[in-house]
Amino acid sequence: MKLMEWSSLAEMAACAQEQGISLGRLVFLGEVRDTEGQESSIYERMSKSWQVMKEAVEEGLSNPRKSRGGMIGGDGHKLTTYLKKGSTLSGDVLEAVSRSLAVAELNAAMGKIVAAPTAGSCGIIPGVLTMLQEKLKLSDEAIIYALFAASGIGLIIAQRASLSGAQGGCQAECGSAAAMAAGAAVELAGGTPFQVLDAVAISMKNNLGLVCDPVAGLVEVPCAKRNALGAANALVAADMALAGIGSVIPADEVIGAMGEIGRAMPEALRETAQGGLARTPTGVKLAKKFLRLE
Amino acid sequence: MAKYMSCFDIIGPIMVGPSSSHTAGAVRLGKMARCLLGENPRKAEILLHGSFRETYRGHGTDLALIAGLLGLETDDTRIKESFRLAKEASLAFAFQPADLGDVHPNTVRFLLEGETGYRLEMQGSSTGGGNIVVTEINGFPVELYGNFETIITTHQDVPGVIAQVTQVLSCHGLNIAFMRVARKNKGKMASMMIETDQSIPREVLKEIKELPSMFSVRLVGKV
Repeated sequence: MKLMEWSSLAEMAACAQEQGISLGRLVFLGEVRDTEGQESSIYERMSKSWQVMKEAVEEGLSNPRKSRGGMIGGDGHKLTTYLKKGSTLSGDVLEAVSRSLAVAELNAAMGKIVAAPTAGSCGIIPGVLTMLQEKLKLSDEAIIYALFAASGIGLIIAQRASLSGAQGGCQAECGSAAAMAAGAAVELAGGTPFQVLDAVAISMKNNLGLVCDPVAGLVEVPCAKRNALGAANALVAADMALAGIGSVIPADEVIGAMGEIGRAMPEALRETAQGGLARTPTGVKLAKKFLRLE
Repeated sequence: MAKYMSCFDIIGPIMVGPSSSHTAGAVRLGKMARCLLGENPRKAEILLHGSFRETYRGHGTDLALIAGLLGLETDDTRIKESFRLAKEASLAFAFQPADLGDVHPNTVRFLLEGETGYRLEMQGSSTGGGNIVVTEINGFPVELYGNFETIITTHQDVPGVIAQVTQVLSCHGLNIAFMRVARKNKGKMASMMIETDQSIPREVLKEIKELPSMFSVRLVGKV
């Protein structure tokens, strides 16, 4: 079956369950068949993306700098320092949060990142996966297959809703990235394909309605912090699914609702910087300060 | 609208941030202009329209456009140093805010001069997710996406030229994916843009160049 012939996550999960393979492996094999490519070259290509994600985490944390627009920078590093003091309220989750923040900041400072699924939401997946690799002592291979699982989830979201802030608001960008990370996390922790779907649903439900309202139209405020909180959302949703908590509304229907909410969202709240935080007094002031100065 | 067909449309591309449309797409537009100029640029006047005009500094669109003119890839970490690299490459440039009319919000117009004095005017837009479209070259309306190798001709508008060119391609077993024809004035200057599935060998270009009525032939690679 071709990758894009699956029109729902439920079909994908049933397929994986039936074949006794992980969702990531299923999606990987689908990609190989679809593109008539070599298994090794497709694996290598994802491996390259994983490498860049790890480098982005490292670079973002160790070399904090101001963003191109000048509104953010250095918060990932700040959070890591705070975390090292050992008296946090939310514990391990912050390991992922600080990295997601650092990668989003690196993106805003014109660093090298992997769009996952977009540049504006590029921090969430690397933050969650690098933290899990250390915590669960996972091989690169396990992570690379988890990235294929995340891609499969993203493909269904793209098909049934949207991955673009201009079309669907931030729920389509950071919301999708968090759902993809939540699913990947469950897979890495040994959950079933159906638990992966529960994590996707639980994660996405909490981001429904999230608007895209960037101050000055730049990928800085509130984007970086939404990446940070997206990582926390992903990990908590994954833990809930692993605890056996199901989503009353199935993942595919949650994704459908996300698409519908996106279509109903006013244009002012879809990446145009005409509403929400962008139009607050401070947002307007910052826009004047950081935009084109002739 | 972006089409998602593969895992790598979801996880990917690998790029320099912050924005696929305002940064990665801008690099590709600059690269396209460099390819069309066909030589190292020495002077560049760059008109920015719409969202490009309003947000170019914060998105690094200016750095990205210059990086593209210098031939850098969308994932090159030197994009943020492109102004310095331009100085080293003796490329003088200036940005101007502009109203280019009823066009895509992310539109740019390049007025370029190359090292041998060749001039090029190119207009194009960044349409989202790193996708681009070039809409005008030296006054000719075009539609180029940079996803295929493309032959661009200028020739005299007389009967038979298109047949002769496609004949050359077919003799070499090259398949045409997309083709467009435009002209400035009947019987005078016309242009062809031919996007092919296969890469185009040098001798094919030479054969086309030698056809009667042909003024110029240029090959633009994928960017």
